[in-house]
Amino acid sequence: MALLRPGIDATRHRRMQLWRERFIEFALRSSALFAVVGLLLIIVFVFREAAPVLFDRETQREASVPGFFATPLWQPVGDVPKYGIVPLLVGTFKVVVVAMVFATPLAVLAALFSSEFASPRVREAIKPVIEILAGIPSVVMGFFALMVLASWLQQWTGSTIRLNAVNAGIALGLGVIPTIYTVAEDALRAVPRSYREASLGLGATPWQTAWHVALPAASAGVGAAVLLGLARAVGETMIVLMASGNAAIISGDPFDSVRTLSASIAAELAEVVVGSPHYSVLFFLGALLFTITFIINVAAGVFVERLRKRLAGA
Amino acid sequence: MHRSRFLVYAAGLILAVSMVQCGGQARRVVTLKGSDTMVILGQRWAETYMAAHPGQIIQVTGGGSGTGIAALINGTTDICQSSRAMKADEQQQIAAKHGQPPFEQVVARDGLTIYVSEQCPVNEMTIEQVRDIYSGRVRDWKDLGGPAAPIIAYSRENNSGTYAYFKEHVLEGGDFAADVQTLPGTAAVVNAVTQDARGIGYGGDAYAKGVKMIALKRDPATPGVTPSEASIADGSYPLARPLYFYTRTTPTGDAKAFIDFCLSPEGQRVVLDVGYFPIP
Repeated sequence: MALLRPGIDATRHRRMQLWRERFIEFALRSSALFAVVGLLLIIVFVFREAAPVLFDRETQREASVPGFFATPLWQPVGDVPKYGIVPLLVGTFKVVVVAMVFATPLAVLAALFSSEFASPRVREAIKPVIEILAGIPSVVMGFFALMVLASWLQQWTGSTIRLNAVNAGIALGLGVIPTIYTVAEDALRAVPRSYREASLGLGATPWQTAWHVALPAASAGVGAAVLLGLARAVGETMIVLMASGNAAIISGDPFDSVRTLSASIAAELAEVVVGSPHYSVLFFLGALLFTITFIINVAAGVFVERLRKRLAGA
Repeated sequence: MHRSRFLVYAAGLILAVSMVQCGGQARRVVTLKGSDTMVILGQRWAETYMAAHPGQIIQVTGGGSGTGIAALINGTTDICQSSRAMKADEQQQIAAKHGQPPFEQVVARDGLTIYVSEQCPVNEMTIEQVRDIYSGRVRDWKDLGGPAAPIIAYSRENNSGTYAYFKEHVLEGGDFAADVQTLPGTAAVVNAVTQDARGIGYGGDAYAKGVKMIALKRDPATPGVTPSEASIADGSYPLARPLYFYTRTTPTGDAKAFIDFCLSPEGQRVVLDVGYFPIP
């Protein structure tokens, strides 16, 4: 009897372990499922609320897809509401272009510096500082752009309109830099040491090595970083709401005020009567925004995959 | 070691949360939500009232009159502060959902003020000139007697009661020009105008700090009038407007006591302190 006890204990112990394993697996699987289902429900909700624009006759009398392009005016509140989304598309495009032109070189060069040139101590200092930039609430960034940045820029450029696409774009760029920097830096650091050693061994300077060897080798990751930054810039709301002036106009001048898709949703959704045409239109804009960022993300995936294959083949 | 520390933290957190919840039950809360114009007024009322009535909590949040009215319809606020009268369809929604039309009380008056930068040489405008600026017919300060410089017009977002009032009473229902900039909140409009010598904005009188108030004329022949207690009481200021409280039903209990306080001489003194005008 006494001899058998250790065996029984071991079996019981193993069974307990098995149950624990099963429980942990179940918990992990359900949290993954929860995240996916939650996301799907949100998508379904957004598209369902936007559907009247496409399918409901009553709503279409006031707001329909051809109507979105028929008027250059966005004046959704009034006796005759006007839902022209062209100025919002133009505005979003302008701000995002400025933000990316500003942020991409800065973030990629900063990543190149900290991965290729900085000593470990300097790198340990730079990385957290740039990442703190990501922790600044976008309202704070927007307020800074509204009060301080706009005045500086107006003094420099002498622009007539104080709150304009350049002001909002630069503030937005500051918000996007950490995203691009972090991902690009990780990609650069993943380039094998042997590449650099080979390049330096052939007599290339450190700069030539960084620019002609490390950066091309990491180009898939750097490209993905830029596209992730782009997706964030398209969807970012508070910065542009506060810094862009929000005038819905169609113009190519970067020093004009702009109104973006995301800012329109943020500014107007709290007020609308649930189920009204204005409500459906705002959800339609949300669905549109979602589609744009979704396409960018898919493009990023495809782009990275292709580049990786090409590099592996070469 | 790590696990036990985690457990201590978790237990502490649960304890803290439950204490906050218990505290919430013991105290009596009245919520006010709505007009951004009225946030500072509501907050000052709440502070004064809470100082005299320990245990009573008055929570004040902004978001815009439309937001407050939506919250009243949805039952997420006790009192809605609004800088415009409720529309007929909103009243009907309350009646349909809660069995009777909302209770309305004018609690203060405001002079909707036109702000310009302190550097701006223009002091007076007619209502028609303001309308021309915001509808895009007048675009240069020289047409108003100032130096030749473009006018930069700032407006509020369309969830604001101030926006709705302005659109109805100044633009007479017409559209804003497309290039009028819209900012979230009167404070943002005032900030923008203080920073912009060519700017013009509008909003509640109480926010007019660091900007110049334009004296308004009903027509070119009459003298310009700035908002003041006298000019609003006698109706000579053209853009005087009432500020409202709305409740779903005739107020009772804590909400009634608070509203009575706001209407009392002491409450109306707060109105003057904040920069608005008492009801006659």
